[in-house]
Amino acid sequence: MLIPHPLLGLRDASEFTYLGDAALLDRPDGMAPDAAARFHDYVHLRDNPAGLHRELWFHEQGDRSWLVVTRNTLTHEILGAELARDVKTGGAA
Amino acid sequence: MRYSGFKVLREALTGHKGWQPIWRNPDPQPAYDYIIVGGGGHGLATAYYLARTFRQARIAVLEKSWLGSGNIGRNTTIIRSNYGLPGNQPFYEFSMKLWEGLEQELNFNAMISQRGILNLIHSDGQRDAYRRRGNAVMLSGADAELLDQAQVRRMYPWLNYDNARFPIKGGLLQRRAGTARHDGVAWGYARGADLAGVDLIQNCEVTGFRIDGGTLRGVETSRGYIAAGKVGVAVAGSTSRVMAQAGMRLPIESHVLQAFVTEGLKPVIDGVITFGAGHFYVSQSDKGGLVFGGDIDGYNSYAQRGNLGVIEDVAQGGMALMPMIGRARLLRVWGGIMDMSMDGSPIIDRTPVRGLYLNAGWCYGGFKATPASGYAFAHLLATDTPHPTARAMRLDRFERGRPIDEKGMGATPNLH
Repeated sequence: MLIPHPLLGLRDASEFTYLGDAALLDRPDGMAPDAAARFHDYVHLRDNPAGLHRELWFHEQGDRSWLVVTRNTLTHEILGAELARDVKTGGAA
Repeated sequence: MRYSGFKVLREALTGHKGWQPIWRNPDPQPAYDYIIVGGGGHGLATAYYLARTFRQARIAVLEKSWLGSGNIGRNTTIIRSNYGLPGNQPFYEFSMKLWEGLEQELNFNAMISQRGILNLIHSDGQRDAYRRRGNAVMLSGADAELLDQAQVRRMYPWLNYDNARFPIKGGLLQRRAGTARHDGVAWGYARGADLAGVDLIQNCEVTGFRIDGGTLRGVETSRGYIAAGKVGVAVAGSTSRVMAQAGMRLPIESHVLQAFVTEGLKPVIDGVITFGAGHFYVSQSDKGGLVFGGDIDGYNSYAQRGNLGVIEDVAQGGMALMPMIGRARLLRVWGGIMDMSMDGSPIIDRTPVRGLYLNAGWCYGGFKATPASGYAFAHLLATDTPHPTARAMRLDRFERGRPIDEKGMGATPNLH
């Protein structure tokens, strides 16, 4: 698989390590009254879709940036990649 | 029809005209007491034990494709009971005992061969870790032996003992471990279940659950609605997709694991060898092919095929351990979809929906578990209590802080 890195162009997926669903960017509020239940869901439960999946890849053997890659889990087709920082800040950074 | 030497002889002398299909192909009834979703190894074993051992009736297995078309036909056929944790090991030893009696129980040749599994040791630290594992294995009543380098040399003189990075210093051996004919296991359980009156319904995909006030009433399928008293789901890599139809999110990611077989070769490996440090394990099939594998690819996948990076990694592991494998030509590479759980251990439990039960999270260890998984799931379905060896395999164990994490990796499915 080749990942279209927004800064470095097409890079082999073997340069990256994989974390999982990009929903992990949305960390629950640890001060919320139901924080324990929300953190259980955040840490342990996954949508695990068959089809389009937005997921976190770390360019460990490259520029060490985190990317949000959109990929089809049925075909391994990669539809796009963004810097996770831009996704997290809505592109404002 | 019972299989026997006499039957084989008689058929040989009468032109093989007496062999019959070994299960019926019935249409679904409007209602069953038990529906098992998934006609793979675990689903068929569940139906078999439910009917035979727990004496239940009106049972159907629904399979979206043909029987045994998923991971039971795609694994590397290894059976063993050498786990470390008390939540796992008694269960896998129970499975090993069922394997040992399986062919007699099913009257079916599953080619079970207790040829031994050897985990290689490369350092003093690893020897300590394996000694601890071996002691845990023996505490459950299973067998384990710690071998020094000379003993390993006697078994496999051709291994690469002087690898600079991973010299072989010994091994942990379980003699009762081995291999089984994976498809034969599915066929044996299917035949046994059919003979016990279970309806095996193929090409029947579950497309939804009918749930009424938190209680399951039945399943919608590609062949119409079927009412059910209890429904057990055993669909491995498809677990998240099927259970999403009941509104559930699970502690599971689906990942692809690749496996490999070479052309047929003369006998060279009479057991199973694992080279954990090099992400490689190998055995030789009775047809002569070297059957081997390594790690999962590591990203979510439903594709039943993987990428070249892992193929290269596994091949490098093979070359490091047994350089002669470089002369063998690879015949096939394939992939299966693993239901990787958050702690690397399975789930056999009730769900928040009354009447709906789940058997999942087998990661890449489901084949060896097939008999005990079926037995324990049937126990749960029939009695509404967990089997004594499967009490820890609860769906809510992550909320309760009771994971069964053999490798101590935490909630990272692709590292288990």
